[in-house]
Amino acid sequence: MNTITIPDEMELVYSKPETITDTPLHYCPGCTHGVIHRVLMEVVNEMGIAEQTVGVAPVGCSVFAYNYMNIDMQEAAHGRASAVATGIRRVLPEKYVFSYQGDGDLAAIGTAETIHSVNRGENILIVFVNNGIYGMTGGQMAPTTLLGMVTSTTPFGREQSAMGYPIKMTDLVAQLPGAYYVTRQAAYTAATVRKLKKAIEKAFQFQTRKKGTCFIEVVSNCPSGWKMTPIEANDWLEKNMLPMYPLGDLKVPKE
Amino acid sequence: MYQFQYDSTPKLMKGNEALAEAALRAGMQGYFGYPITPQSEVLEYLTEHAPKRKNVVVLQAESEVASINMIYGAAGAGARVMTSSSSPGISLMQEGISYIASAELPCLLVNVQRGGPGLGTIQPSQADYFQATKGGGHGDYHLFVLAPSSVQEMAEHVFLGFHIAEKYRMPSLVLADGALGQMLEKVLLPKDGSLPYAEKSWATTGKTKDRERNIITSLHIDPNKMEMINLQLQDKYRKLKQEIRFEEINTKDADIILVAYGLTARICQKAMDLAKEKGIQVGVVRPITLYPFPYEILSTLAEKASAFLTVEMNAGQMVEDVRLAINGKRPVFFKGRMGGIIPNPEEILLEIETIAEKQQLKNIYA
Repeated sequence: MNTITIPDEMELVYSKPETITDTPLHYCPGCTHGVIHRVLMEVVNEMGIAEQTVGVAPVGCSVFAYNYMNIDMQEAAHGRASAVATGIRRVLPEKYVFSYQGDGDLAAIGTAETIHSVNRGENILIVFVNNGIYGMTGGQMAPTTLLGMVTSTTPFGREQSAMGYPIKMTDLVAQLPGAYYVTRQAAYTAATVRKLKKAIEKAFQFQTRKKGTCFIEVVSNCPSGWKMTPIEANDWLEKNMLPMYPLGDLKVPKE
Repeated sequence: MYQFQYDSTPKLMKGNEALAEAALRAGMQGYFGYPITPQSEVLEYLTEHAPKRKNVVVLQAESEVASINMIYGAAGAGARVMTSSSSPGISLMQEGISYIASAELPCLLVNVQRGGPGLGTIQPSQADYFQATKGGGHGDYHLFVLAPSSVQEMAEHVFLGFHIAEKYRMPSLVLADGALGQMLEKVLLPKDGSLPYAEKSWATTGKTKDRERNIITSLHIDPNKMEMINLQLQDKYRKLKQEIRFEEINTKDADIILVAYGLTARICQKAMDLAKEKGIQVGVVRPITLYPFPYEILSTLAEKASAFLTVEMNAGQMVEDVRLAINGKRPVFFKGRMGGIIPNPEEILLEIETIAEKQQLKNIYA
């Protein structure tokens, strides 16, 4: 009879990085904010740059990002995260600075700050989480809301004649000479999460080059705002959001 | 009280330039601003002269909204930072100023006022007194508000403003006007590097292993916590009263006290001299800090003087604080010009004479 040796302690193959706090997340079930937070902080932890990193939280669902990220953080006014990040990075030019913003924050009220921060080539990373809706305030139309999409302020669906078109901020930003690395990623499957992590790693590495702004859009979901189960939301994201916001690199620096 | 150290020889400078030079000498590490008349010389001067120094960031932002939020970020990162603008631009900054006050970030703001409301005029005004002293943005907060009345004070108040901002962890505001910004005067500049930096262990400079993370925020969802924050702010404003500054001129035997700040206070001194020739004893109280306001001295003077006249370049704003100070003990009159008009000493004299007649003072001195 074969004997099985049981180790005293099991090998630890997966754990919470030191850069994540123990605070329970306030996000809805199925929301990808938690995953994006985790991946972002994993990269900061693995690169060993937690002591040199300052983050900026927006106004929106991720307003409390600073409760979950165990690094120095600032909470910006609605839409102004990239201006706040500019202020930080300009006086701390050797630090890693990122802003974490939603689509209402970055693509509506903060459009000017976004465009000009990137156009100046601020050496910051902007993480742009796009779920096509205002989640925190209860599911109103965002600038990125798809045509025909029902929200609490477009109860009959977003109509182009009255509400215009969904704005593709990442495509806009990629046109600016100050943008160094621009990519559109997602976080709704294991594969997309792995790719997102790679993109975030690159973006932090690029910051030391001081060649311009890194901009990562993460096409995301909002099960609560979209009135769907998490699984339905991820299906809907793939079928409806991705054709409008296709994944992939929009601008990659020459190595 | 803060003691200034000065250069040995004076310079001839424009108010805006003296203010900008003083900012560099005060060890300012970051300036974020947007052009607007009549204060654009500040940004122009700094873009020219800051590169001669090490580690001074000067950035022309895309708007006043962006510049005040850059101030938030940079001040939160522990830098000594400043922005300047004129009335409409300062209106745009109010949201950011409220956040800065709530997050207790030290910084210096400068408003070289112009006539309003709206786009108004580029001529000097004092119509932003309410905005400066009573809050301006949303929520219960105050700024430490200084009112320079000369190019000399345009320079000094930069040092004083930074000093108080860092001592109390709050924004300071220099409330000047277009004339003070544009006029040339002799100025004895404060010495380069004579303002030590405050310790800022709360700043977001990167979390080291030996401390908890630093968070700069104005968000406290729990109303009990938010009330606590408010109580702390109010406590700070009470302590700030020890920084009250004012100037008294000939108040000892005065029957009529003129109360005015900034440029208007200097015009009032001329009116005071003209009144003396007419046999009317007039004194001037010039508040140098508009917040906290020097209520006490006015209240004390109300025991002796028979009337007060507040002179402002607005429709009557500081006069409300003067009336609060006098508290009905004596009549408080008001003379104001608006929309960018500077009152002249003769029209103030007319007002003084009318008051003297009403108070039957003329009979005493005739």
